This record gives sequence, C-alpha cells and structure tokens, in this order.
Amino acid sequence: MTKKQTLGSAKVAPYVFILPFIASFLIFYLYPIISTFIMGFQQVYPGQVEFIGLENYRKLDNPEFKVALKNSFRYTVYTIALLIPIPLLLSVWLNSGNRTINTVYRSVLYIPSLVSIVVAGTIMRLLFASSDKSLVNTLAIAVGAEPRQWLLGGPHQAMILLLILALWRWVGVNIIYFLSGLQAIPDELYEAADIDGASQSQKLWRITIPLLKSTTIFVTTISIFGGFAMFEESFILWAGKPSPNNVGLTIVGHLYNKGFQEGEMGMASAIGIVLLIIVFTLSISFLKLFGFFEAEGRR
Amino acid sequence: MARIYHHSRRSFFKYLLLTVVALIYLVPLYSLTLAAFRPGRDLLRYGITLKTLIPADLNLSTFKGLYTIRDGIYFTWFGNSLLLMLLQTCLALFLSSFVAYGLSLYRFKGRKIVTTLVIFLMLVPIQILILPLYKLMITISLIDTFWGVFLPMIVSPFAIFFFRQYIDGVPRDLIDAGRVDGLNEYSIYFRIVIPIMPPAFSAMAIFMSMQSWNNFLWPLIVLRTGEKFTLPIGLNTLLTPYGNNYDLLIIGALAATLPIIIVFIFFQRYFIAGLTSGGVKG
Repeated sequence: MTKKQTLGSAKVAPYVFILPFIASFLIFYLYPIISTFIMGFQQVYPGQVEFIGLENYRKLDNPEFKVALKNSFRYTVYTIALLIPIPLLLSVWLNSGNRTINTVYRSVLYIPSLVSIVVAGTIMRLLFASSDKSLVNTLAIAVGAEPRQWLLGGPHQAMILLLILALWRWVGVNIIYFLSGLQAIPDELYEAADIDGASQSQKLWRITIPLLKSTTIFVTTISIFGGFAMFEESFILWAGKPSPNNVGLTIVGHLYNKGFQEGEMGMASAIGIVLLIIVFTLSISFLKLFGFFEAEGRR
Repeated sequence: MARIYHHSRRSFFKYLLLTVVALIYLVPLYSLTLAAFRPGRDLLRYGITLKTLIPADLNLSTFKGLYTIRDGIYFTWFGNSLLLMLLQTCLALFLSSFVAYGLSLYRFKGRKIVTTLVIFLMLVPIQILILPLYKLMITISLIDTFWGVFLPMIVSPFAIFFFRQYIDGVPRDLIDAGRVDGLNEYSIYFRIVIPIMPPAFSAMAIFMSMQSWNNFLWPLIVLRTGEKFTLPIGLNTLLTPYGNNYDLLIIGALAATLPIIIVFIFFQRYFIAGLTSGGVKG
C-alpha cells in the first residue's frame, strides 16, 4: 500500500465523518440506557448506592403505576384511532381541487403544531376553565348540557381534554405526512380506475389506502412512541401539580415524580426500563406484523 | 350534466366541512390573541369567556407588562431562548451534515449498522432518557448551564437522515471532479458539498430552530435559576394562581408564539420540506 493511512485517506475519512454521531450515541444514548438499566437494580441514595435486585420492579406493583400504565396505554390507542383516519381523510380532500385554497387550509391545520406545549396547554386550561362562564361551559349550557369542571372532573373528562389537545396539535402534522404519501401515488392508477368506472369510495379503498401503507406504518410507529412518551401535555394542563385521582398521570409522569420529585432514582429507572420494553416490543411487533423489515431488506 | 352537478355539490360540502374544521382550529390562537389584552385577574377567575372573544374594549397597554412585571425578566428569557436556538441550530446543522456526508459518500465497514442506528434513534423520544441524562449532566457538572441544554441535541439523528437523503442526490461526478483537482476528503465536504446544501440547510434550520424554541422537558430539568430560563420554562413558572402572573403569562405566551407563526407564513415551503423528506420514504 502506497497511500499512508492518515486522517485524510479515503479509508480513514469515513470514520472521522461519522465520529460526532458515534460520540453522541455513546454518551447521550447508550450510556444513559445502560446506566438506567443498572440503576433499576439499585437503591440510589445521595453519595452511595446499594444493590437491591428486583426490589424496584416489585415496587412497581402499586396502584399509581397501574393508573399511569392504563392512562398511557389508553391515550396511545385513542390517539392512533383518531390521528390516522382523520388526517388521512382530510389529506385526500386537500390533495384535489384548488391548490391555493388547499394550501390555506393545510396551513391553518398545521399552525397549532408550531405552538409551544406550554402555550397550547395554557390556552386549553383557559378555554376549559371550571367557571360557568368559560367558553366551553358557555357552549355546553347553550346546547342544554351541564357545565363541567373539566380539569377536576373524572378520568373521562381528563382523557377527552388530552385527546382534544392532541388533535389540535397533531392533525396538521399527520396531514403533511399523508399528503406527501399521496403525492407519490401515480395519477395513471386513478385514470385507469376512472376508465373502469370505479366510484370515489372504491378508489379510496382500493388504491389510496393500500398505497399509503408505508406512510400509515410510519405514522403509527411515531404515534406509539409519542403516545407512551406523553407527559408534557398533562404536566401543563394540571399546572405541574398532581391531577386529582391521577386522572392525567402517565408513565413518564410517574417516572418524573419518582425520579425528580421524590428522589427515588432506582425506582424511576425501573419505570424507564419498563417503558423502553413496552415501546420497543409494541413498535417492533407492529412493524413485523406489516412486513416492514422484509420490505427494507429487499431494497 | 348531472355528474358535474353532483361533483360540485360534493366539493361544496367538502369545503364547507373543511372551513368549519379550520375555524375550530383557529379558535385557540384567536382566543390567546384577544386574551392577551385582557386583565389577568379575569382570566384567572373565569378562563376565556365568550366576552373575551369579542374584539372590543381591548386593553392594549398589557404589553407593557413584558418589561415591567418582575423587572422585565421576560426579555432575559426571550434572549436565552434566542441564544440557545442559534447555538443549537448552527452546531446541529454542521455536525449532522458532516455525519450525513460520511454515511452517504463512503462504503465502509459498519455503514449499514450506523445507518440503521440513525433511523432507530430518530424514533426514540427524549422523555425515555431524561433520568440517566440528568444523572450524566450532574456528573459532568452541566446542570443549570446552557451547555447542558443543547449538547445532547447537537447531533440530531433526524437531521442526519434528512441530509443523507439530500447528499445521496448530489451527482457523484461533482465530487469526483473535486478529487481530480486534488482536494482531500474534508475539502470536498467544505468546498463542494456545503456550497450546494443551502436548500437542505434552510429546511432543517427552520425545523430545528422551532424545536429548540419550543423545547420544554429537557430545559425544565436542566435549568434551575430564573435568569437562565428559556421562554417555555419561564412561562411555565407563571402558571400559578396569581392575577399578576397571568398578566405576564398570556401576553408572554402571545409574544413567544407570534414570531414562529410569522416565520412560518413566510417560509412555509421549508417547514413542509423539513418535515416530509425525513420520515416518509417508499
């Protein structure tokens, strides 16, 4: 070999280029994950640690964690059930007709995602305030329903509030994903279907939806991660305080309370590991179910 | 003829429904805008009411609260957010495109694993990692510093993925021409690749600036002192039941939101581009 293996050589350069990623991966991803895993078996006091085996995991068998699990799970299922069909339908609508008008609608629906969660949550708190005069209660009274104490009401009200917030913030983003998927579908397919005399709904079910499969898989996957990682929304809605009867408590919320409020680092780590396992098991089995990995391999 | 009639009726209903949805979607921001010019006391007591939404009797002087309440700490927060946004975005653009170039251009051992890892990490939400990251920040004494806030964010898997797609589309002849001219591997990146990156840079810059501007959970954990808070963290501390806090909270929320919406209106294309080519592909 005549060329010297210096930093400038084409053999070494690629590794120099990827170095920032490797470093950041090791420091900010791998190390934290491993240390969470280890801390999960420890009782962590300031300045000293004690190995306590599975004790932290045993302690997870408490009513609070179960509520958190249930809330996160329900939130994820509901957000997927809402945030896929609605944006899909809206994006099909926004993909045909006058382009300029469609852009306006698309922008209006997208803008809420630009708003900080602190601002979005604050507005929701004020719109759904407990007073009879708040906008939502005024509307409720106008249609003959009872005014409610939305934030202080039961688990149903809490979930509805969280879902409304999610709908407001994420419909526009998912529309953009679906629109970009729709634009990849060749027009010829629809022209051919027109010649065969297919109806609008036949075109939707036989062409559009099947061909949006990879977009749908992508959106579902990020929804699984996002749903189980939800915390900030309920943190702001209940102004950083515990929600009554933990109606807004999520897995990450429980982790935050244990780790940052009560200083139970070991138990918080155990929660973190359980969360990682749930999210990865769900998303990987979901991706497997839809043959995502095989499709990737073939390419 | 019947068909055209049918068609236009269908599109009439489509746009009617879209208009209703769009109007509902505008209610929260419209409410915020008007609420910002009302006394905080009333908002605290009644929330946003029907009366808030009628654009009359606006008290335009509420914006003075931005620099009078708590000695104008709002502008400190605003400045902190701006500084962090610039630091984080510039560093992330440079480092992520650097990595992307390496992944796109060379066939080397481990390339596939690294690429898979990048895609995988794109999905991992930071919420899952906050606890050990926090411990790490304590160990290396970066708690309550700006470094602690932006360092974990500067190599963004999402941006790497986005830039890799972009560089994949650069004609190889261009790069080979650089080699023929005797440029080394790094000069090719700096002198040939960076100059053709601006479209990709602008899309990611906007996307990342917005993420940094709105970032909440991580700065909440890292920052401790009021003078170091970013806007979302500062505003969050105002969510306590005192009328005076609400005065600053609402006008402050509006002042934190307007800049992004204005930027969005002018650079819409880049927002959409930053969002799509990252995620959905074939």
